[in-house]
Amino acid sequence: MRETTHKNARKRKTGRRHPLATVALIAIGLGLTGGAYAAFNATGSSADAATSSSSDVASGKKLFQANCATCHGLEAQGTDEAPSLIGVGAAAVDFQVGTGRMPMAMQGPQAEQKPVQFTQKEIDQLAAYVASLAPGAAIPDERYLDGNGDAAKGAELFRVNCAMCHNVAGAGGALTQGKFAPSLHGVTARHIYEAMITGPQNMPVFNDRNITPEGKRDIITYLQYIQKNPSPGGFELGSLGPVAEGLFIWIFGLGSIVALTVWITAKSN
Amino acid sequence: MTATTATETTAKKQSFTAAASNYIDERTSISAVVKEFGRKIFPDHWSFLLGEIALYSFIVILITGTFLTFFFQASQADVIYHGSWVPLKGIQMSAAMNSTLNISFDIRGGLLVRQMHHWAALLFVASIGLHMLRIFFTGAFRKPRELNWVIGFTLFVLAMAEGFTGYSLPDDLLSGNGLRIISGMVQGIPVIGTWLNFLIFGGEFPGDAIVGRLYTLHILLLPALVVAFIALHLVFVVVHKHTQYAGPGRTQQNVAGYPILPVYAAKAGGFFFIVFGVLALMASLFTINPIWMYGPYDPSPISAGTQPDWYIGFADGMLRLIPPHLETVWLGHTWVWYIIIPIVILVLFLILVAIYPFVEAWVTGDKREHHILDRPRNQATRTAIGAAGVTFYAVMWAAASSDIVATHFKLTMEGVIHALQVTLIVGPILAYFVTKRICIALQKKDRSIALHGYESGRIVKLPGGEFIEVHQPLDEYERWRLVSYDTYQPLMLRPNSRGKITFGNRFRAGMSRWFFEDRLEPVSKGELESGHGHH
Amino acid sequence: MAQDDNGGTEITPAASSAVDHRPGDPGTAVMVQNAPENPGFPPHRPRITDKDPRKERRAERTVYTLFYVSIVGSIWAIAAYIAFPIESGKISDVRVSTLAIGLGMALALLAIGFGAVHWAKALMHDKEGIDLRHPVQGSEETRERSVEIFQQADQESGFGRRTLIRNSLIGALVAFPLPAIVLFRGLGPMNEDPVKLLSHTMWRKGMRLTRDPSGTPIKASDVTIGSVFHVIPEGLNDKEDALNQKAKAAVLLMRLDPKDLHPSPAKKDWAYDGIVAYSKICTHVGCPVALYEQQTHHLLCPCHQSQFDITHEARVIFGPASRPLPQLPIEVDADGYLVAQSDFHEPVGPSFWERH
Repeated sequence: MRETTHKNARKRKTGRRHPLATVALIAIGLGLTGGAYAAFNATGSSADAATSSSSDVASGKKLFQANCATCHGLEAQGTDEAPSLIGVGAAAVDFQVGTGRMPMAMQGPQAEQKPVQFTQKEIDQLAAYVASLAPGAAIPDERYLDGNGDAAKGAELFRVNCAMCHNVAGAGGALTQGKFAPSLHGVTARHIYEAMITGPQNMPVFNDRNITPEGKRDIITYLQYIQKNPSPGGFELGSLGPVAEGLFIWIFGLGSIVALTVWITAKSN
Repeated sequence: MTATTATETTAKKQSFTAAASNYIDERTSISAVVKEFGRKIFPDHWSFLLGEIALYSFIVILITGTFLTFFFQASQADVIYHGSWVPLKGIQMSAAMNSTLNISFDIRGGLLVRQMHHWAALLFVASIGLHMLRIFFTGAFRKPRELNWVIGFTLFVLAMAEGFTGYSLPDDLLSGNGLRIISGMVQGIPVIGTWLNFLIFGGEFPGDAIVGRLYTLHILLLPALVVAFIALHLVFVVVHKHTQYAGPGRTQQNVAGYPILPVYAAKAGGFFFIVFGVLALMASLFTINPIWMYGPYDPSPISAGTQPDWYIGFADGMLRLIPPHLETVWLGHTWVWYIIIPIVILVLFLILVAIYPFVEAWVTGDKREHHILDRPRNQATRTAIGAAGVTFYAVMWAAASSDIVATHFKLTMEGVIHALQVTLIVGPILAYFVTKRICIALQKKDRSIALHGYESGRIVKLPGGEFIEVHQPLDEYERWRLVSYDTYQPLMLRPNSRGKITFGNRFRAGMSRWFFEDRLEPVSKGELESGHGHH
Repeated sequence: MAQDDNGGTEITPAASSAVDHRPGDPGTAVMVQNAPENPGFPPHRPRITDKDPRKERRAERTVYTLFYVSIVGSIWAIAAYIAFPIESGKISDVRVSTLAIGLGMALALLAIGFGAVHWAKALMHDKEGIDLRHPVQGSEETRERSVEIFQQADQESGFGRRTLIRNSLIGALVAFPLPAIVLFRGLGPMNEDPVKLLSHTMWRKGMRLTRDPSGTPIKASDVTIGSVFHVIPEGLNDKEDALNQKAKAAVLLMRLDPKDLHPSPAKKDWAYDGIVAYSKICTHVGCPVALYEQQTHHLLCPCHQSQFDITHEARVIFGPASRPLPQLPIEVDADGYLVAQSDFHEPVGPSFWERH
């Protein structure tokens, strides 16, 4: 019975989206779509609009129309170029704009991290505007970002859910057709959390029913732990595993020893 | 070194060393050994030390490995980790993983020894590879050393096996997925694969037997074989005496260099400490195989960039290069071509490497002993074959890191794989022809230098108004290096005693033509004399 | 090695002959008539330490200083072992301890190495010597004698004559290792058939899909579009052979827009409202195919880059894999939880000989 009501709820939401949105997303395969799906995330839709004033929304709308509307449409309804942002929530905006991924410089395999184009205030205003359009994933609560969770639980969750793309050490990895999962080093706890709940680009969404907010906190704790504690073994060679180790032994290990063999066998002066 | 006790008890002034030597010789007749080997000559060249790197890194592996065995538990029994690495606290893992973590974090110097062991293992295989390349390109595998090449090749394979079994022991996520790949490969072998896999793992993958079994191989069977083959390898070096590069005064009948005692012993002994020292330095500065990051093996998680250690890379790369959908059901059985093809290619490649000395001997028909090494350029075809082989290996190797190549050079992984698939076939052919041309060009250059000397860059105006560049003639010692080499001509196809030309003969003549068609005649004495006449 | 001549004779500049005395057929080697002559060893060039006593003394000083430095390195390593404890459990302590002990050891080893080599190069007697080579084969006399010994042994034993004895011995020697090979059957359990084991997983009708690693059940409503769940069967964590079962039963669960799915008629009911479950074990060689791209709906295996298209029943679109990932038919139970309709309909994981 509960299942059917849920289905109805989903249908209602589907109707709110631009009918061609899904087709467009797949066809383009780029851009800011992850957040769009978060519209279906029943749990992510908390009342984030409450924290933002109506003046923020108004300034955000102006910023949006000046900087984003070319691709996303004047009412954020989406165009052939870019997906609808109705229902993606404040978290998606904060992640995409806050990491410099948006506005995109050019169409490519995926939106890449760049220097951030807006001040945090402007980003907050943009987020407030987009959040005001429809309920979506909210900016995460500070208590999940403090890095004081359980690193061991976080590491286990990370291995099962994240390591296949981002590498066990968070060094990043390759995806299909030139896309890649970025390195997680230096990414703020807030952006990591937002990425998990909004699923930017090809990253899947990890809603709160999949990984609880506490679990996300544990993951952030783990990532902070391995960044705070330098590798006990010494320089990490990019944490790329055996490939880096193999290149290192051939070029530097064997290279330096062969150079020494030349010295050993050269006639003294 | 003299001991006062010795001087007091003997009327003659006999040193302690002498007394001790006497005592030992009376019981072992060791003096014969010292007389035989003490002043044995070893030629001095940097490339002759590559095999020593392998030997010394193996000794380091034995020393550090023995230390590790005192702490490692080769068991897959479940335990809960309670050590120092916070991100694994309270996690269930095998005793093997737990003890490896304890070696790393809870035994002083344990991590250092572990890293030294692993770096030494990588260096061991790498130096064997480089040593083999030196042997190949200088023709040191020719009679009488063909068997020693095969022994060396066996050591290379054993070293890879040692490496792989060791890599899998900690039972971490990375090596566990490596074993999963091995299991999948074995399972794909026709007829016996399913059962072989079942026996290796003691039932279903991963089971709880494999770490213990690999441990037995890693610390008992394989090291025993490696030690035995190294001993055999070195006995042959003594029997054959070391090869030497062509040079003034050096002939096929002598070997010039430094005696074992004292110079060679000091250099070789010193070199052991240098190799050991470099490994200690690397182990203290650079992380290797951070199993604490990988976590315990579990069949569900995996890390991006899952790769084997470098020496297994070529096999992993070959698996990646196979195009999709190569599997057929035929005669009621599944033929797993994406496993069969790579295995056949790899085995053929390794067999070709192993038997190359016999192939070349058959083609040249040369039954003489060779103790003077070739300069690679003077054996253009062999060098070209070697370059083709290296290219083939390198492409497979590169394929094993296709994902990392893609992310680091901003390419698509599909593009990298497709490019490498083409290169796997085109690359060796291209390398063959380019190398051959380069070798022949270098031969021509050598020949012209031998005949006319170096270009000095000094232009002189002759009395007749003509400008010429002065050539600096070589002294006879330098010239000898350039002119003393063997060359071969293709085998003539002649009917045998019964007046027939067999297929075997025809094939051999064809091979011989392929080997030796392009060649330069060595410089003769007459040419040298007339060559000098030019200037 | 009786034929060795290890005089270690010191070489003289006098030319040794360049004429090739090697026995054996040269094959197709070109015998250059009138080949240039080997000029013999060049004259010896003394080192600076041979000529300048001050330089010699300096080299001597360098060598023993290096050996003293080595002793310092060893002491440093021992001191570091004592001075930098790691028992606090702090990871940075492990780093410091490893680095300090390692650098001390490296110093001790490298100083010995450089000292010994420098000693050999700069101070030890520098004149090269030569050994003469002889053919590797034994002398004619030795060879003849060994042939004689074999013949004598053959006669005295009758090895060649008494063929029945010889052949039966060969047969016995071939047969005797066979029991040892048979013993190795015991490496695998006796009463199990790998083909049967490979063909089934622990999934059963009505078994709930649960989260990996916690084992908590998943409701259909939890799985929003674009999300991916790593799934294990209910009760897996309590199994004694949990890892063996997990190696076959691990599943990836994702929800797509039902419009994007193109199931064949037979598998129409295997999904639930866009939620599909596929085996996570690669059909290539068994790595977990865990990389899901939520926009392209492709699954990627990080080991060998096989790619599977979820919209078309996980067919292979790139990489070495041959077969699509097996699909787990799912439905929803009365409480809204996702459950399996049955086991997989085909063996999961890499192909094998007996698989059809």
